[in-house]
Amino acid sequence: MSTNGFGNISIMTRSMAWLIVCFLVLPITIVFAVSVTDKHYLSLPEQGISFQYYEKLFTSGPWMTSILQSFVIACASTVAAVLLGTLCAIGCWRLGNRASDFVRMLMLVPIMVPTIVYALGIYQFWIDLRLLDSYTGLIIAHIVTGLPYVVITVSTALAGFDPRLEQASLSLGASIGQTLRLVIIPNIKPGVISGAIFAFIHSWDELVLALFIAGRAVFTLPRRMWDGINESLDPTMAAVAAVLIAITVSLLCTDAYTRSRRA
Amino acid sequence: MSVHASARERRAGLSLLAGTHTRYWLLIAPALFMLCVFYIYPIGRVLWMSVTVPAPGLGNYELLATSASIHKMLLTTARITMVTTVVTLILAYILAYTLVHSSPRTQRWMFLGILIPLWISVLVRAFAWFVLLRRDGLINSVLMSSGIIDTPLSLIWNETGVMIGMIHYMLPLGVLPIYANMRDIDQRCIAAARGLGAKRFEAFRRVFLPLSLPGVVGAGILVFIFSLGFFVTPALLGGGKTLMIAEYIKVQILEVVRWGLGTMLAATLLLLIGGLLAALSRLVNLRKLFGAG
Repeated sequence: MSTNGFGNISIMTRSMAWLIVCFLVLPITIVFAVSVTDKHYLSLPEQGISFQYYEKLFTSGPWMTSILQSFVIACASTVAAVLLGTLCAIGCWRLGNRASDFVRMLMLVPIMVPTIVYALGIYQFWIDLRLLDSYTGLIIAHIVTGLPYVVITVSTALAGFDPRLEQASLSLGASIGQTLRLVIIPNIKPGVISGAIFAFIHSWDELVLALFIAGRAVFTLPRRMWDGINESLDPTMAAVAAVLIAITVSLLCTDAYTRSRRA
Repeated sequence: MSVHASARERRAGLSLLAGTHTRYWLLIAPALFMLCVFYIYPIGRVLWMSVTVPAPGLGNYELLATSASIHKMLLTTARITMVTTVVTLILAYILAYTLVHSSPRTQRWMFLGILIPLWISVLVRAFAWFVLLRRDGLINSVLMSSGIIDTPLSLIWNETGVMIGMIHYMLPLGVLPIYANMRDIDQRCIAAARGLGAKRFEAFRRVFLPLSLPGVVGAGILVFIFSLGFFVTPALLGGGKTLMIAEYIKVQILEVVRWGLGTMLAATLLLLIGGLLAALSRLVNLRKLFGAG
């Protein structure tokens, strides 16, 4: 897109926009400054920078356990959500009737309903099923709340997929299973991958459910960060935040780079 | 569609359309089953408990009318949600407007600035604001050492802090629908208005602004309903003093253990959001708004 008949916009609007971008980005950078503090409480470095809190983070049993637990839970729930969500989106796309439209709408419900509402329900349910504070319990909750992201991204990818390819495959004698595996899935792979990324981040970053249905044996990273911020004094929290930001930014940049190379 | 279907039928020798349909329903079934058993059913239980615990009846809902502390909390929630939505929309509009009128290069950089916060953990973002806004935090120490203020400003554990954190969280979510809508506006309309003698601002106000309103409404709904039930940022920056509904519910369940009151408020929140979306579904395509165009 280029500038158009409307002409250039005023310097004032443009500078306001950049100020807003600064408001979005700059506050986050404070985390890096605090994470290298030489003091023993949350503050900016004074005499010099020190990496003691990074060392502390990577040698700390509780933090590393939480990171590992979060990683396992996020991987397991992502795999299941991607599998279920992709099949569901393909089924809805192929049927394309009122009932399947309703299913697709239903799949969006977990995004619209505040997590706190769901947390109460699943808390009660897990008390009955004795799944509180278990991997299974948290993974199931993350699967159903992660499903919408997969259904959305895969549905979007399917909207750009030519249904005649599927018919060609079927009429040439492939079974539905083969058609799925060899024709449909490879064509909608970008959608499946973004769905997986969304589902992973959803689980990795999820706090409210972890507060309600886990908390002793299963203590995820967001849960530990929540405690870390509320107790507020230990700069290790800043080191964790800095590492997470670095990972996110490098993933985003890799993504942008591969896109620009493909384009 | 029917032409395609008949081709498939002939090929499969499954002359029953229903047979093919069943197979596609089998693809849908596992996800639908999971959603119904592990999502819809638990939510149904919340609604059920709100009218049965501690005693059957609408006793819990009476508290909505009678309890002063609930009134206070609901007012706080409404105020914060409104202000957050309005400010977010204004800032998002400026950003989106600049984006559609920028070169691709500028757009890329601006988008990076919008997407980076979107992808960073909400806890990390709340933590950053926590560090900045504290009583002895960066903003206060800079202002004090430069002599602008004598006593630290209270920027955290009140509504100001919660709003700042929430606007920061909601802004990227608000920009995207507005931008998507503005991008589709036919710029020749504005050119025509200018050609017919409209001043620049006039052309904006009478042509561009009305055309961009659907995006603003969509973004408004999104930001409003996400703000209404938001837990993390208000809880961390409100510090237990500024209670919004989500944190209030959490306290009722995990600390005071009043299931009746907690589920009633959750049900109220659910019905409110459901009603809002139902009412607005005529105006806005919800599937598109939530990303499933």
